[in-house]
Amino acid sequence: MAKTYEEINERIRSGEAVVLTADEMTDLVRSEGAREAARKVDVVTTGTFGPMCSSGAFINFGHSDPPIKMSKVWLNDVQVCADVAAVDAFVGATAVSDTEGMSYGGAHVIQDFIDGKWIKLRATSRGTDCYPLKELETYVNLDTVNQAYLFNPRNAYQNYACATNGSKRTIYTYMGVLLPEFGNATYCSAGQLNPLLNDPYYRTIGIGTRVFLGGAAGYVAWPGTQHRPSAERAPGGTPVGPAGTLALIGDMKEMDSRWIRGARFHRYGVTLYMGVGIPIPVLDEEMAEFTGVADAQIFTNVFDYSQPTRSRDVIRRVDYAELRTGIIEINGSRVHTAPLSSYRVARDIAETLKDWIKAGRFLLTRPVEPLPSEGGVQALDVRGPEVV
Amino acid sequence: MAKKRLVLTFPPEVVERPIVALLVKHFDVLTNILRAEVHEGEIGRMLVELEGEGKRLKEGVNYLKDQGVTVEEAITDIELDESLCTSCGACTAVCTPRALKVEEPEWRLELDKDRCILCGFCVEACPLQLINVRF
Repeated sequence: MAKTYEEINERIRSGEAVVLTADEMTDLVRSEGAREAARKVDVVTTGTFGPMCSSGAFINFGHSDPPIKMSKVWLNDVQVCADVAAVDAFVGATAVSDTEGMSYGGAHVIQDFIDGKWIKLRATSRGTDCYPLKELETYVNLDTVNQAYLFNPRNAYQNYACATNGSKRTIYTYMGVLLPEFGNATYCSAGQLNPLLNDPYYRTIGIGTRVFLGGAAGYVAWPGTQHRPSAERAPGGTPVGPAGTLALIGDMKEMDSRWIRGARFHRYGVTLYMGVGIPIPVLDEEMAEFTGVADAQIFTNVFDYSQPTRSRDVIRRVDYAELRTGIIEINGSRVHTAPLSSYRVARDIAETLKDWIKAGRFLLTRPVEPLPSEGGVQALDVRGPEVV
Repeated sequence: MAKKRLVLTFPPEVVERPIVALLVKHFDVLTNILRAEVHEGEIGRMLVELEGEGKRLKEGVNYLKDQGVTVEEAITDIELDESLCTSCGACTAVCTPRALKVEEPEWRLELDKDRCILCGFCVEACPLQLINVRF
């Protein structure tokens, strides 16, 4: 009954693999049960397309003549992190432009690179005997740079919170514009299509897993920052609110801005809309059960984002089927809900990955190491020098 | 006589008061409600054309502000660049008249201009900056 990675890959190579999107699998498990679904299906494809602030790109510009050890670097007037050797830099997605403020930033630089645009590079240095040049201004693009790859420290959050605003004024947050007096509520998860919600205990998604990243094949590099497997779990195993995360890596030269977009949240800042899809092997009945998860079985908590603290009160618990109706009830009133992540593009990603696998272009990988299955996040306490 | 096209936003506790009627009564300001989306207990939005003698019109607008109403200049049209829209849905969060919607089964952003009250709040809510206004 149980299948191995090797058997599934053999079926992919021979064009016989049965591949469903997570939406389709939910319907199949509902109608025929997990045992039958496990027998019929080899792979379930997932997808998510949402703002993932903890993203960025490493770029190697190549050496100028005379050479420069870049200590400060700007790309289209966005200052990036240059303290990695002479001509490597890391473009943080949330960096904002010196000249345009929040309407342009690191995430837009990343998208412009992927779109093949020329980018203005400005660098300064103190100058050394081996790197004498002190100032440089030139133009670069995806073809002129040696390497350009995303290294996103925290992507594909396994579930997220729902945000509302109980104060008397509009607030501008990374969860969008929140209208006063519970005027709306926003949520940000692909729910039953989300990768880690279809493998809640990380049985098949781990370090080394090949994934869809921005339209290219990428990899899980490491557990994501703030990976929090110890979150409270619903009966089916899915966490209630934010839990597991992934650090992802992939080649920008293979990406397409259909699946990765620079964005800004008004009066909050810049972020990167990132498209991620992960194939999940249906190894046995348990994996069929997991990948059959439905929005009504996935829960999250609603928080009042006008409370300026890291430990906000839970207003209520809600499931994604209810959030997707467009209206939830808060304190007896009807409140309109709005998504921030695109369900439409998430579905397109799952479909695209399905096509790649059916065409034999994308094989599954057994994780080199599993993700941690225990552990929480630490808070940052403000300490005095007496602790040293 | 002066004329102004304005978008009025009423907080929930103000929605229930007859503020617009009092505008006519106390300030001789003719009020033409072009579009309105007002429900008890929710934020209300209204596109209005106000007409009155210059000084009285100004006093009328100040009266609205004193009552807790947010007053903004109306725009004449919004334009959405659909070719680049990802249907994320962030703009729908601020669209209280429900002119912008993403819904099952397609989850594609739809703009119903007949419901739009031209408040322009979606312009700042769109993360991809794809919505523009014409004044």
